[in-house]
Amino acid sequence: MIEIKGLTKKYGSFYALNDLNLTLSEGTVFGFVGANGAGKSTTFSILATLLQPTSGDAFINGKSVKTDAHEVRKQIGYMPDFFGVYDQLKANEYLDFYGASYGIPEAEREILIPQLLELVNLTHKRYEYVDLLSRGMKQRLCLARALIHDPNVLILDEPASGLDPRARVEMRDILKQLKGMGKTILISSHILPELAEMCDEIGVIDGGRLIAHGTVHEIQAQLAGERYISVKIKGLLENAVIFFEEDPFVSNVETNTEKNILAFNYRGSEDDQIDLLKKALDNQLRIVSFSEAETDLEDVFMEITKGAK
Amino acid sequence: MKQSLSNPVLVKEIKLRFRSLKSFTGILFYLIAMAIFVFGFIMLTTSFTGTGYFRPEESFFMFAMLTFIQLGLILFITPGLTAGAISTEREKQTLNILLTTSQTSFQIIIGKLTSSIAFLLLLLVAGLPIYSMVFLFGGVSPGQLGVIFLFFFLTMLAVGGIGIMYSTIIRKTIVAMIATYGTMIFLAGVTGFIYLVITGINTMGGAGVPTSSPIGHFFASINPVVLILTLITPQSDEFITSTTLIDFPIWIGYTIFYVLITILTIFIAVKKLRVNMKRAK
Repeated sequence: MIEIKGLTKKYGSFYALNDLNLTLSEGTVFGFVGANGAGKSTTFSILATLLQPTSGDAFINGKSVKTDAHEVRKQIGYMPDFFGVYDQLKANEYLDFYGASYGIPEAEREILIPQLLELVNLTHKRYEYVDLLSRGMKQRLCLARALIHDPNVLILDEPASGLDPRARVEMRDILKQLKGMGKTILISSHILPELAEMCDEIGVIDGGRLIAHGTVHEIQAQLAGERYISVKIKGLLENAVIFFEEDPFVSNVETNTEKNILAFNYRGSEDDQIDLLKKALDNQLRIVSFSEAETDLEDVFMEITKGAK
Repeated sequence: MKQSLSNPVLVKEIKLRFRSLKSFTGILFYLIAMAIFVFGFIMLTTSFTGTGYFRPEESFFMFAMLTFIQLGLILFITPGLTAGAISTEREKQTLNILLTTSQTSFQIIIGKLTSSIAFLLLLLVAGLPIYSMVFLFGGVSPGQLGVIFLFFFLTMLAVGGIGIMYSTIIRKTIVAMIATYGTMIFLAGVTGFIYLVITGINTMGGAGVPTSSPIGHFFASINPVVLILTLITPQSDEFITSTTLIDFPIWIGYTIFYVLITILTIFIAVKKLRVNMKRAK
């Protein structure tokens, strides 16, 4: 469980993080969304005991990052957004070094390292020098490194940044496996739709403040309070436009005459939406499809941060 | 037991150091240079005297020369090995990951320091067979060599501690290196100069009769060149006593000062390695 209470980080008069409050239960996958400089990495650095907060505190499984930093380190696996690797060290030796750094006995490390390399699909690179691995492989190796002491909490700062689409998919699959293992995962990413797919909860941070928090659907609802509906018509589009424009919950009707589609924002409830469709059919409109368009997380993020600014 | 004695940073550093060709070529060239010096010295001495003999006093002179060369080596190489120990990790972006492991700051600092000193020790030990040539010709006792090596070790520890401390508190390796070399120049050069100035002023002020000068004695005590001089030729210690009027052996002052420096620098490095999460801002 992670509890963040009034976490603030100030540099002079600049607030990198401003009174952040957040509680995440065990096994939650939490996606942290925010523009560059919004405060994501600052939060993660404080949770990883690398940065001292100006005020407030954070607790990992009840251990304070301020007073129990050594205990917190044992419970977290941290992957920074930018990291380097040692030259002249092979992949298995890299993991062995960090395993030893966590006090794992040599005999256990010998069993653990092949398992971790298998988890991140790097078994075939076991004896390769880490500095010669591709970026995607380094990211996966770093993830394996973060897992070596079997932490309850994983703090992953932009784990998919700079990866090509295939490497991103591989990383996402590994994270899904970790989610299946019941790990509490805090993850930040610029690839927002990918977060939506795997996260139980999303937090949107802007200017050091948490401006939205909830499930992806809650945030989408919180954002708009309205849905975007697309209707494909057979026959005259004009009649359909006139019909839908008359509805009090409909706004911003747009048309695509080539595809014979119209789309609009709808503020009514789900029951109102059912009634609208029923009325349209009663009015002899020949409706091929009537669907609610998915608002992706990128739109949500852009909308929310626009409001905050 | 093995687990508790092993330091992951030390093991990793030694592994990395000896995978690099640089380390082996470094030792090779050091031994070649030393061999050229020793054999060249013997050859030149025997040919100049025309007797074909290499006398004990010549052997002693060679020993003194070798000792100063090795001291120079320690003062020159130790900063290079230690001043980048932490700042290089920071520059390579490996430090943050290391700091989130459950290793203590003390373990990390000691691992870095011992791995650097271990390499230097290897360099000195590798040179011992050549160094030991002096025993063939007399003039030097193994005990004297042992004492000098002990002081070399103490100097390495202190200089290494200074390098690690700067490397921890200064973000850039190049700046940490300049600061460490600057401190070395102060300890090995400036302190000797200050001693000479202070004793000179004291002698002039007292109409040719020196007055007691604890500060002058202190600066002489912390100078590694002066220490080695007093270890090789005990008369030098008497000379310092006569100019400062302080009858306190240089080696004791040196030991106290360098042990304190070692403890203090390691303490600062350990404290400054990680942020103090408990400190109120």
